[in-house]
Amino acid sequence: MAAVVRSSGSTTSELKKKSLVPYLLLAPGLLWLALFFVAPIITLISTATKTPGAGIGEFVQTYRWANYWDSLVGASGQFGRSFLYATCATLLALAIAYPLAYGIAFKSGKYKNILLVLVVAPFFCSFILRTIAWKQILGQEGPLFRFLLDLHIVTPTTHLTATAPAVIVGLAYNFLPFMTLPLYGSLERIDPRVLEASGDLYSNAFTTFRKVTVPLSMPGVVAGTLLTFIPAAGDYVNAEILGNPNTKMIGNVINAQFLNTQDYPTAAALSFILMIGISILVMIYIRKAGTEELV
Amino acid sequence: MADASTSAKGDLKLTNITKSFGDFKAVDDLTLTIPEGSFFALLGPSGCGKTTTLRMIAGLEDPTSGKISIGSTDITNKRPYQRPVNTVFQNYALFPHLTIFENIAFGLRRRGIKDVKEQVDKVLNLVELPHLADRKPTQLSGGQQQRIAVARAIVNRPALLLLDEPLGALDLKLRRQMQIELKWIQTEVGLTFVHVTHDQEEAMTMADTIAVMNEGRIEQMGSPAELYDNPKTAFVANFLGQSNLIQGTIVDSDGDYHVVDLFGQKAKVLKSRTHSKSNSVLYAIRPEKLRIDTENNHRPGNVFTGGHIVDVSYIGVSTQYQVEMPWKQEIMVFEQNDDGIPPLDKGDEVTLSWEPAFSFALDGAQDATAGSEVNPEEE
Repeated sequence: MAAVVRSSGSTTSELKKKSLVPYLLLAPGLLWLALFFVAPIITLISTATKTPGAGIGEFVQTYRWANYWDSLVGASGQFGRSFLYATCATLLALAIAYPLAYGIAFKSGKYKNILLVLVVAPFFCSFILRTIAWKQILGQEGPLFRFLLDLHIVTPTTHLTATAPAVIVGLAYNFLPFMTLPLYGSLERIDPRVLEASGDLYSNAFTTFRKVTVPLSMPGVVAGTLLTFIPAAGDYVNAEILGNPNTKMIGNVINAQFLNTQDYPTAAALSFILMIGISILVMIYIRKAGTEELV
Repeated sequence: MADASTSAKGDLKLTNITKSFGDFKAVDDLTLTIPEGSFFALLGPSGCGKTTTLRMIAGLEDPTSGKISIGSTDITNKRPYQRPVNTVFQNYALFPHLTIFENIAFGLRRRGIKDVKEQVDKVLNLVELPHLADRKPTQLSGGQQQRIAVARAIVNRPALLLLDEPLGALDLKLRRQMQIELKWIQTEVGLTFVHVTHDQEEAMTMADTIAVMNEGRIEQMGSPAELYDNPKTAFVANFLGQSNLIQGTIVDSDGDYHVVDLFGQKAKVLKSRTHSKSNSVLYAIRPEKLRIDTENNHRPGNVFTGGHIVDVSYIGVSTQYQVEMPWKQEIMVFEQNDDGIPPLDKGDEVTLSWEPAFSFALDGAQDATAGSEVNPEEE
């Protein structure tokens, strides 16, 4: 502002003042990132290379980088399982969310806003509580189990809870809104005249869906699958509540190492490996999906 | 389905078509024949039912009642993709995820046509944009998108090409250019074009036949010259160009002419151009048909005396005058600036004269302003 008042002043000082503005605007954000993202990451990386000291729960910095490899090998089963469960849950959520988002975007009419509120309504209730509720729903006393029993799909000795499918269903359920909303967003943006044009150009409803609707909704599919897969891969609540000791995911291992065993270096190493693993998978995925090619 | 475009040929016939949305009749008992190979325009203000009519022909709306057929084939209940009809949509509706080539090839591929490449190249050459085949629609200008939209439709050789306000999004200069190009393309490919527009100049430039629509009905149908020179209703007289409509009464007959009393002054009009059931008429004369002179200098023919100029607009090719008559009505006069005489001034006392054969008379029971307060650019 001062530069405006001294409009007759030298132009170079004005330019300097102007070029500072973007940095000043960025400063709060950068500071936040430095304090709460960069610093913790560095701490995480360095904690992972510590080794046990004299006392219990005491660790000294010895830069033992092999800790990373050891942790990865020790928890490789849980890593594999995490990515497998997260993939299954993402596909399940996509299968449920696509028709849902499609219905809301194109067929809901005046109920559109109510339905959108209903999609996010589960967030009004605690994540843990909702997961525990699934235990009741799937439990042997629950309505679903009895229904399946009547249909002779399950026997009285079958377990629905404490199984891998229960964990996957729980993950898919918990992250469904993250899948639905981006899908809805990209479906809703499709110009209805483009769909009419497809019909006009000899496509029946199914061909129009395959050749026009699906390609145009790809940005939503990519965003939705990422928003589901990333938190699902790191989740431990669903495996804890709906799983059994053989369905432990990497989140459970980190949780146990940190809080129970208090083996901070291993917990830190696993956390960092998880981050890198997800980042690599996401990068490959985005490359394959080719989002920049879309619209 | 493979031969959808060739199975039905012939005139498009709409028979007693009605389309209601609740209590509102968008199209009201419309019967219309569009001859094969013609360039036909549906012209009218927004909300007159022209776009609804077009969408029913395309199959995007179902008529409430009535029948649509092409030649001898009834298409009333066919799905859009089963009709030998293609549409150029208002904002083109190109597929944003496909290249220009694939956009044009879309209809051919759906029908399983073999020589896609050859046909797409041919139509890209026709619209003079072969170098854009690999681009995406968003990388094209409005005028280019418009041509691609036309190419995407005509490549299928439909029995009917529907154009829904195809030039509405273009600026004036490009619009004039595209009007001439579309007309040329139509002549070149020989398809039937049905063109919906609210722009009377656009309709008159391109169409062989114009149907003027108002409130779900056809007011009048004919060639551009017929509609302009001999309108049958006040709506058509005002919507196509401008007209001076003066309330009057037929008082006498003189050979081929009626003699009409207009606030005490007499004027003649051909009986064949009088469209009134009673003696009460709206006497009509186009502004460019009037000649304006100072009091002492009037020429033979029909004459109005006692006017004075209340407004003068000089617009280059012509000068537009507003002349207030003794009965307080303002008459519009367009005078060509072709005689080197400087325009008259505001306040001048003038006489208006015109050839009786240029005037026409409409039913006096109508609203003289019908169709005039609609701003055709405002949609």
